[in-house]
Amino acid sequence: MTLAAIAFYVLAAIAVVSAFAVIAARNPVHSVLFLILTFFSAAGLFVLMGAEFLAMLLVVVYVGAVAVLFLFVVMMLDVDFVELKQGFLSYLPIGALVALALFAELGLVASAAGQAEAARPAIALNDAAAITNAEAIGRVLYTQHLLLFQLAGLVLLVAMIGAIVLTLRHRPGVKRQDVARQVGRRRSQGVELKDVRPGQGL
Amino acid sequence: MTIGLEHYLFVAAALFTIGVFGIFVNRKNVIIILMSIELVLLSVNINLVAFSSFLGNIQGQIFALMVLTVAAAEAAVGLAILVTYFRNRGGIAVEDINLMKG
Repeated sequence: MTLAAIAFYVLAAIAVVSAFAVIAARNPVHSVLFLILTFFSAAGLFVLMGAEFLAMLLVVVYVGAVAVLFLFVVMMLDVDFVELKQGFLSYLPIGALVALALFAELGLVASAAGQAEAARPAIALNDAAAITNAEAIGRVLYTQHLLLFQLAGLVLLVAMIGAIVLTLRHRPGVKRQDVARQVGRRRSQGVELKDVRPGQGL
Repeated sequence: MTIGLEHYLFVAAALFTIGVFGIFVNRKNVIIILMSIELVLLSVNINLVAFSSFLGNIQGQIFALMVLTVAAAEAAVGLAILVTYFRNRGGIAVEDINLMKG
């Protein structure tokens, strides 16, 4: 058994076990932490497959952004999670049935794909062209798939605007700066001239 | 023994199954459902990268990149909807989300 095989089995076992812990944990904070562990193990598998760039991207995007976002939301919302856990057992039989059927089907396809002739030539991408994984991705991403790259940026922009619009709220009674109104103010709106008679006052 | 394509496909199949199973058993908790969707998308990414690596074609990794983008956007918008819903209704139970009578 080579070192790569040992690494694969360890990473795969940790990924599957922690993925199960994500859906089974009582505390959602634990779920998020197990999700982070799953993504780390998956990143390790990516490195084993020779996709270092995507592995680092997975760590940065998922562990750095998405999981922290989940953690923020879980901690910010004051929800009784024990009550939400009710009904776990009532859906267990049908869920287990569907999951078993799904896994059997996927496993069948996986073993068939592994034995197919197409899967035989296991040429390592990076050795063949003697370039790094990131360079190989960059060569096609910025030429052949430029439109796709731009559209991905657009998707992120729309998601960002959507998230801001959804969560922004204007509370009444809070003083805000309104530059247009402040600049557009005239003298007649702010100053009033009174003709004061001597000895009488206002 | 060498680690072949089918080993990675089996790991991805297990993660996909766990994700679907999580959606089934955590019917009331939207946060766990969103996490299960993330698991499903991760298993798809493992499949794409495995085929890309073993067939010697970089296009699979490009597609995995796009899946990653969409997953991040989906998580952001989903959690924003969740926060807004919690603010308006004071809870996140899935059973109560029936205002649209769909």
